[in-house]
Amino acid sequence: MTTLLDPTNERRVQTMERVGRPESLSGLVVGLLDISKPRGDVFLDRLEQRLSEMGADVRRFKKPTFTKPAPVDLRHEIATQCQVVIEALAD
Amino acid sequence: MTTPTLPDGFVIVVKHECETCRLVVSVISQLKAGAVPVTVYTQDDPSFPVGVGAIHDADLSMSWHHDIETVPTVIKVENGREVARTVGWVRDEWHSLIGRMDLGVDLPAFRPGCGSLSVDPDLVDALRARFGGSVLSARRVETAAAEDEFEAMFDRGWTDGLPVVPPTEERVLRMLTGTTRAPGDVVAVVPPDLVEVTVEKIAINAVMAGCKPEYLPWVIAGVEAVCNDTFNIHGVLATTMPVGPVIVCNGPGTRAIGMNSGMNVFGQGNRANLTIGRAVQLVIRNVGGGRPGEVDRATHGNPGKISFCFAEDELGSPWTTLAESRGVAAGRDAITVFPGEGPRCVVDQQARDPESLCNTFAACLRTLHNPKLVLAFDAILVMGPEHSRVFAEAGWNREKVLDEINARLQLPGSELIRGANGIAEGIPAHLKDATLPKFRPGGLLLVHAGGGAGLFSAIIGGWANGDVGSQPVTREVMR
Repeated sequence: MTTLLDPTNERRVQTMERVGRPESLSGLVVGLLDISKPRGDVFLDRLEQRLSEMGADVRRFKKPTFTKPAPVDLRHEIATQCQVVIEALAD
Repeated sequence: MTTPTLPDGFVIVVKHECETCRLVVSVISQLKAGAVPVTVYTQDDPSFPVGVGAIHDADLSMSWHHDIETVPTVIKVENGREVARTVGWVRDEWHSLIGRMDLGVDLPAFRPGCGSLSVDPDLVDALRARFGGSVLSARRVETAAAEDEFEAMFDRGWTDGLPVVPPTEERVLRMLTGTTRAPGDVVAVVPPDLVEVTVEKIAINAVMAGCKPEYLPWVIAGVEAVCNDTFNIHGVLATTMPVGPVIVCNGPGTRAIGMNSGMNVFGQGNRANLTIGRAVQLVIRNVGGGRPGEVDRATHGNPGKISFCFAEDELGSPWTTLAESRGVAAGRDAITVFPGEGPRCVVDQQARDPESLCNTFAACLRTLHNPKLVLAFDAILVMGPEHSRVFAEAGWNREKVLDEINARLQLPGSELIRGANGIAEGIPAHLKDATLPKFRPGGLLLVHAGGGAGLFSAIIGGWANGDVGSQPVTREVMR
């Protein structure tokens, strides 16, 4: 028998319950997060148009750079304002 | 385990194997006949010395806890506390410590002692684990007797695809002797899971990578250098581009730990080069949770993502070092981390003048990632000795070399715009009349390394640079 020291962070993964899927987007606040990849805005412009037609209240957000996680303040802003969020990964 | 208490009076630690201990048996007998209490501990032979009631320090706990490095050692104890000690046989010191001038007058005045069993290289790792293991706080993972621990570590996802050294308490404690930092010190917060990493966790991963204890400060510096917003290991890990942390080491310490800066500098065969870089990557994987196919989304990756670490050839260089060019004082140990892809070779076996050689470097550097992309990526030019000699003979310093190469990389926008030369990739059309440099200011780094034969150099291409991506980071290595 060998006793080894755990090289990992020893964290236990927390499972969080997902928010229920909405029946309709009409009247909901939908956040569109542009991660700042080139042409992501093209995709999101089209989504905004389509979602608005469906009655969603669309709000746009943008990460400073695609290479780093979204700043905590931005995440908080999205979480407190939106019921639904769509993140665009594009090139 | 608590430290065993020292009995008052005099404590003498001996071992039978030691000639000086055998020499002083008559002195010990003299002392035992006196009024002051004398307690003798024997490390090896329980019956030695005969007739003095020696206590066998069988597990060496007394010797370990009281830092016995030499036998014989005499300790003067008052109220359970050591007040003085002497080692070996130095008659005057025994007389002075014990306060008796009649001890061993027929013996030679001086005989050196022998090494204590508690510092025997064959025993010290096990003793450190037995008596010092409580300083380690990592979870213990037991493998079954019939289990192959190498396979068990693969099964747990702890490896980079190559076997790793089992991180036992003995090995991790030995690794920790390589630094003065406490095991519980937090070194950095490691992406992508943003978990604090301690010196102990780095030491565990350094053991697994195959490091020696003297490499540990370099690994710690490497982890510090990549885990910050400036280097942005999160992005370097997550990107689809084939980059990983390239570690360039500077300073006399690189030679002290036997790093390679010469022949086959990027290749196999040097333990320090390979294991320091590997340990940093294992920390990202095991502590940060950065694994290929998960947050690591590389399209191709590159073999250097296992380890890409080397030393600059400072002694053979005609220039100041990379670390000095980045603000580190000469003679200090430092590392520079760079988000790099695999190296590519630059061949020029004809140039004997610096201008011609600069033309070659510029032509090769222009193709980095795409000949039509500019300013977005940094690069390291690793100049081989047979190329640097051309510049040394012409008297060009580091700045002059870089200035001349950059001057040849001022590119007309008309060649770079999207669609030019039948290539869709490129810069926006409105920049067609601009002149743009291939590299941003300071974006081309120069390092001197490689074997003495071969008119070759190497280019290590970078990743998205600047605040939106990654900046090279230089850190001093602290013991």
